[in-house]
Amino acid sequence: MRHLLSAGDLDVVSACLILDTAAQLASVTDRTVKKFPTLRGRTVVNLFFEDSTRTRISFEIAAKRLSADVINFAAKGSSVSKGESLKDTALTLEAMGADAVVIRHGSSGAPHRLATAGWIQGSVVNAGDGTHEHPTQALLDAFTIRHHLRDGMGDLAGVRVAIVGDILHSRVARSNVLLLRTLGAHVTVVAPPTLLPYGVSQWPCAVSYDLDEVLPHVDAVMMLRVQSERMHAAYFPSVNEYSRRYGLDIRRMGLLPPHAIVLHPGPMNRGMEISADVADGERAVMVEQVANGVSIRMAVLYLLLGGITDDGKKEI
Amino acid sequence: MPHDKTVLRGVRPYGEDPVDIVVAAGVIAEIATAGSGAGRVIEASGLIALPGFVDIHTHLREPGREDAETVETGSRAAALGGFTAVFAMANTSPVADTAGVVEQVWHLGKATGLVDVFPVGAVTIGLGGEQLAELGAMATSAAQVRMFSDDGKCVHDAAIMRRALEYVKAFDGVIAQHAQEPRLTVDAQMNEGVLSGQLGLTGWPGVAEESIIARDVLLAEHVDSRLHVCHVSTAGSVEVVKWAKSRGIKVTAEVTPHHLLLTEDLVASYDPVYKVNPPLRTSTDVTALRAALAEGTIDAIATDHAPHPHEDKDCEWAAAAFGMLGLQTAFSIAVLTMIDSGLLDWRALADRMSVRPARIGRALGHGHDLKVGAPANICVVDPRASWVVEPATFASKSRNSPYAGMTLPGKIIHVLKAGKPTVEGGDLAC
Amino acid sequence: MDSARSVVLDAGDIGRAIRRIAHEVVERNKGAADLILLGIPTRGVFLARRIAAAIESIEGDTVSVGALDVTLYRDDLRLRPARALEPTAIPTGGIDDKVVVLIDDVLFSGRTVRSALDALNDIGRPRAVQLAALVDRGHRELPIRADYVGKNLPTALAEQVRVRLVEYDDFDEVTIEGGAR
Repeated sequence: MRHLLSAGDLDVVSACLILDTAAQLASVTDRTVKKFPTLRGRTVVNLFFEDSTRTRISFEIAAKRLSADVINFAAKGSSVSKGESLKDTALTLEAMGADAVVIRHGSSGAPHRLATAGWIQGSVVNAGDGTHEHPTQALLDAFTIRHHLRDGMGDLAGVRVAIVGDILHSRVARSNVLLLRTLGAHVTVVAPPTLLPYGVSQWPCAVSYDLDEVLPHVDAVMMLRVQSERMHAAYFPSVNEYSRRYGLDIRRMGLLPPHAIVLHPGPMNRGMEISADVADGERAVMVEQVANGVSIRMAVLYLLLGGITDDGKKEI
Repeated sequence: MPHDKTVLRGVRPYGEDPVDIVVAAGVIAEIATAGSGAGRVIEASGLIALPGFVDIHTHLREPGREDAETVETGSRAAALGGFTAVFAMANTSPVADTAGVVEQVWHLGKATGLVDVFPVGAVTIGLGGEQLAELGAMATSAAQVRMFSDDGKCVHDAAIMRRALEYVKAFDGVIAQHAQEPRLTVDAQMNEGVLSGQLGLTGWPGVAEESIIARDVLLAEHVDSRLHVCHVSTAGSVEVVKWAKSRGIKVTAEVTPHHLLLTEDLVASYDPVYKVNPPLRTSTDVTALRAALAEGTIDAIATDHAPHPHEDKDCEWAAAAFGMLGLQTAFSIAVLTMIDSGLLDWRALADRMSVRPARIGRALGHGHDLKVGAPANICVVDPRASWVVEPATFASKSRNSPYAGMTLPGKIIHVLKAGKPTVEGGDLAC
Repeated sequence: MDSARSVVLDAGDIGRAIRRIAHEVVERNKGAADLILLGIPTRGVFLARRIAAAIESIEGDTVSVGALDVTLYRDDLRLRPARALEPTAIPTGGIDDKVVVLIDDVLFSGRTVRSALDALNDIGRPRAVQLAALVDRGHRELPIRADYVGKNLPTALAEQVRVRLVEYDDFDEVTIEGGAR
């Protein structure tokens, strides 16, 4: 593995390797010294063209726990509109000797471009690109689901997951559909038709417009954040209508099987896609998701940087 | 001793039997038995003669973006591509919406002299879509503008489009529409389909093109005026144009070389060299476009040559500019997609690349059959030669060719414009 | 050139070596109190469990057993593709002020043990650390020696020492393979 650009690039073996590695690394949180020397002398750059303190901090902690040097490069607000600054920034990072670049960018495909345009040599980790993908989020979701429903081992064969909300604009949904399918889970995306991408019928998942119909048949439900600006673009008539039809409240929790868990990639709109009592309920695993995110990102950084690079070049 | 006659020795008009084409005083003076013509001889045995190509859709970028292209560099690229006339689109800076700007472009074309540059006038002031530009002034200017287009933007207001169609009837003009419903294509990046959903790139649905074409052909019928549809890109658009033509509506249509060859799959690389407007579509669309060009529903190949400096393509997808180079590859792509596939013969290719586009744009002196008395705008090609596309060697100032590295069939060898060689042996004649 | 394998220890030999090590551990530490046996994955973990069982049969008390994966502390990570991690399991109560006996199947360059000492350092502060190996094949590259050795085995560098244990390989055996003997 040289880069992590898309959850679709992972086969079941490599996906399970990441999950298993993360499981071993999770133990570090119980220790006094929460650190391994593994990536000592390596430099990881967090290149964030969009604000995302949560994701950035998660990657930062992960890299630091592996003893990498971390540089946070917040490119938002600079002259990004011209686009060339991605290239110039990349060339700068290359000159500084970045071993890995963790990139968050508003433009779909920017990490792919960074990895393939020949601007840099290091590994590229996609930390969310436009409305394309967010593979580490999908990995931490799979990790969380595996922990609760499969004793933290193996794949997710037979697990039924509903992903609910703005599928059209969600990179989390895209990565999860691909990864969960690879791991053997059955995914149903649930949304009003306006928030489903054209061609979703070709995706490796089922599609439903009716949340109540889906809930009794799933083991995990993942609620996506719905941005209220979507309402102004006429994707749905009103916040209230959306919430009534697709929000997860206590009544709908009653439709879920008793073992089912509730996930949310955060940040949540309480009262919109998820009611406060559900978000704070005991079947909500959002806090675990955050903790697992660090372990997953440690695993990804370790597997990308912890050995020789794919081109066989030995680095000492 | 200078000759006043030029002889294309042993050339095969439209791929037919070899003859000598004798050119004098800017016209075809004689078509003689091969080997018999007298004058300055250009050896052309085995080569095919076609009327000089006419591109009704070129972006020469001057004035305003001389870093991407100028009338001079664009003219050189056009000549090397076998063209004797190009129509320069109006989306310059300032916009070609006044007699002054179109005359400037026209003069620059004259000064370069490699191809006849016909400026296209903007339909609305500043391409703003709100107020008609002074179409009459441009028509009666030295540039004699007959084609008007807001290309790059759609004349989306139905009332403005209707008025424009009506108004240009006074001077036999034509409105060339960039058919793109703006509200359906906000931030659009690529063809809307399964792939756009996977790649997370905002979709540009075919219906945004088709709905505008459908509206416009009905408007053209209603006001009995001439409509030309730029860069038709979908199978659905073909159906609409076909229907309109069957009703006798005065509509013509063009297709770009890239829409005859390339498909949206290339976008999965996120390489902005494949970013173009309208976007690359599916193989179903490509097949339909080729068939429509073969049967004549689509009248012309037009390049939509869109030069962009390196920095506007060497970036992430969404930030990149739309457009591809086309002038120096158009003929080869036409050979690859239409001749090699057997869809068109040489005479029909000449019809689609010269005769009909000249007629659509009212390009006087161009698009004539190769016969005695016709203006000597002639392109001589080698159908058997192949070449590797190296954008670095292009005459264009820009390098954004999607065909870089490809081996393409068919080469432009000689070009005569008004009897004078502009290209000889594949290089510009000095 | 003889690349045939030769058996150095059979199942009986391995059993005897483990019992002897168990006795030595008890003798040296005057009992089994405060003792933690940490096996280095993969086979060191099974050896640790066997030694613990042997000590229990001698002393009657239960002995704490765990696993210590040292992959993240290795000094040769960049010479090979990234490796999968093995479980680390530290007995409840931790290692502070305990006597930790590290257990590995083969002691060779000493680099694995060096990694293990670093790993221990991040986990706690043992009173003492001792080292047991089923086979010591020599060729040390670091100033490290074993406190308990099942068998000292002179080898050539080109040779491979392979330990097989029934828990993982279906039978007990130590062989030397390859090289010219």
